[in-house]
Amino acid sequence: MEYFTGLFNYWVVIVLMMMGFYVVIAQHNLVKKIVGLNIFQVSVFLFYISMGKVKGGTAPILGEGIEIYSNPLPHVLILTAIVVGVATTALGLALTVRIHNAFGTIEEDEINALEDDESAPAILVEPEIDEEAIR
Amino acid sequence: MNASHLPILQVIVPLMAAPVVILLRRPNAAWALATLVTWTAFAISLALMAQVLNEGAFVYPIGGWAAPWGIEYRLDRVGALLLVIISGIGSVVMPYAKSSVEKEIPRDRVYLFYTMYLLCLTGLLGIAITGDVFNLFVFLEISSLSSYVLIALGRDRRALTAAYRYLIMGTIGATFYIIGVGLMYMATGTLNMADLATLMPSVIDQRTALAGLAFLTVGISLKLALFPLHLWLPNAYTYAPSVVTAFLAATATKVAIYMLIRIIFTVFGATHILEVLPFVQNILMVFALAGIFAASAVAMFQDNIKRMLAYSSIAQVGFIILGISMLSTLGLTGGIIHLFNHALTKCALFLAIGCVAYRVGGTRIGDMQGLGRRMPWTMAAFVVGGLSLVGVPMTVGFVSKWYLVLAALDKGLWPVAGLIVIGSLLTLIYIWRVIEAAYFQQATEDAPVVTEAPLSMLIPLWITVAASVYFGIDASRTLDIAFDASETLMRGALP
Repeated sequence: MEYFTGLFNYWVVIVLMMMGFYVVIAQHNLVKKIVGLNIFQVSVFLFYISMGKVKGGTAPILGEGIEIYSNPLPHVLILTAIVVGVATTALGLALTVRIHNAFGTIEEDEINALEDDESAPAILVEPEIDEEAIR
Repeated sequence: MNASHLPILQVIVPLMAAPVVILLRRPNAAWALATLVTWTAFAISLALMAQVLNEGAFVYPIGGWAAPWGIEYRLDRVGALLLVIISGIGSVVMPYAKSSVEKEIPRDRVYLFYTMYLLCLTGLLGIAITGDVFNLFVFLEISSLSSYVLIALGRDRRALTAAYRYLIMGTIGATFYIIGVGLMYMATGTLNMADLATLMPSVIDQRTALAGLAFLTVGISLKLALFPLHLWLPNAYTYAPSVVTAFLAATATKVAIYMLIRIIFTVFGATHILEVLPFVQNILMVFALAGIFAASAVAMFQDNIKRMLAYSSIAQVGFIILGISMLSTLGLTGGIIHLFNHALTKCALFLAIGCVAYRVGGTRIGDMQGLGRRMPWTMAAFVVGGLSLVGVPMTVGFVSKWYLVLAALDKGLWPVAGLIVIGSLLTLIYIWRVIEAAYFQQATEDAPVVTEAPLSMLIPLWITVAASVYFGIDASRTLDIAFDASETLMRGALP
């Protein structure tokens, strides 16, 4: 029993990690893939945070009666990783919007069919140049 | 300028220039600043290389905070070589970029292109110089996120899906990398590479450290496109703008290979992990060989030359990993020297194809017909680059293949040596298809009339070609660096 309850956090991490990973691989919808990627990354955040926790420990601040405190380093690392994750999600969603504009769909199998179709024009419309932006 | 702060300037100069480029906005000004910054970075990396060669490896604590509490930059011969490759390729590509980017990227996005390029340069340089595994992750993500954007700037709509797939695979790879770092931190309580290297032997028996190694290896292998984890690469290289392909093909996968070398030989170096676990070594070797043959075979049937060269890149990565997996000083020397040589060669080939794309507008084999007469300088450069890829004597390709074969023979791996030679000959087949189309076929009647590419593109192209011949004839300098580097790495000692 100790094997499950004592390592509860890590079991949650593994379950989330595998769920996220499965969604990334199995889903054909580009947005759902990004959702899966997020779950996958979040499991790693939980992993780092669990790792830094010391039983009975408080926040690492100087003060009366504070002797046991959790390791703050993994928590700080994860702040960085969260920022990276947000940037990745934003970029992935931005690409999805562009893909939707270019292909008219965000289903992977439909996109694959369109990509293999050599007769379709690869470059749809030349974008308009915004002269104001580069003045 | 205080010379002792060069390591941080190497990274901070392109990083700071990136937002300035956004403020400049005008395409020409953006290009001028990006070029100037890249050349500065190249000068800094040459100075750092000279320092490493004269005084040996050194450490630079950031903000004066000593490791393991602070983050430190740590530079040895491999790292310095990587810095020179990255910034050198950048310096050659930048003058070329002006015309090519004007043609391939809408004018109002050009400044964004240069911003992303500078960020990518920052990330790649940072990976090569840092001595901290988590800091490395941050740089990895800086370079990856910017390279997804660079690829998505391609004109073809398939560039978008290529970038998306690269984003998914790249993020999985990077996440695997932090899982590995987390496990190592659990086992040792440190993130500093030198510290990890000293503590690793005492914890290597724990499953935590081994699981960490497994995650790190798989994650990095995704990034370096080791067969069969290469699926993101062909489309990304095919549909990205020509400049981006030339720059990333020469640097991005090479930097990932450097990460693998750092993890196996520095962080896990003192444990001699690959000797303890021979199956890991065997797996790397088998995948490397499978990659050489599978990717070369696929390359032979590609209609698009850029895609053909992309598959060839996967095969060449196979050669480098093969050298590393031999676990001998000679093999590692072969791997490192091939890393340098292949960066030069592949950059030259993609630049030549970029010239073709600039004038002809397409990169299919049909577009190459009769180009030998109409774009003689471009195609001559392609031929020399192609010969170097095959490994003909007097080119860099020969030097590295020679060392790889020597290393295989030294280990008594006769079949592997034979496979290296056969694998190189496969290269000849797909390069020959282009040569045949360009020199022995007539252009079709309706082919557009084309002239030679502009000088601003030809000169950078010929610089890379000249370098790949020069270092093929006088390889002593690069070989010395590669040999010293691999000797240090093989000892498992700290840089």
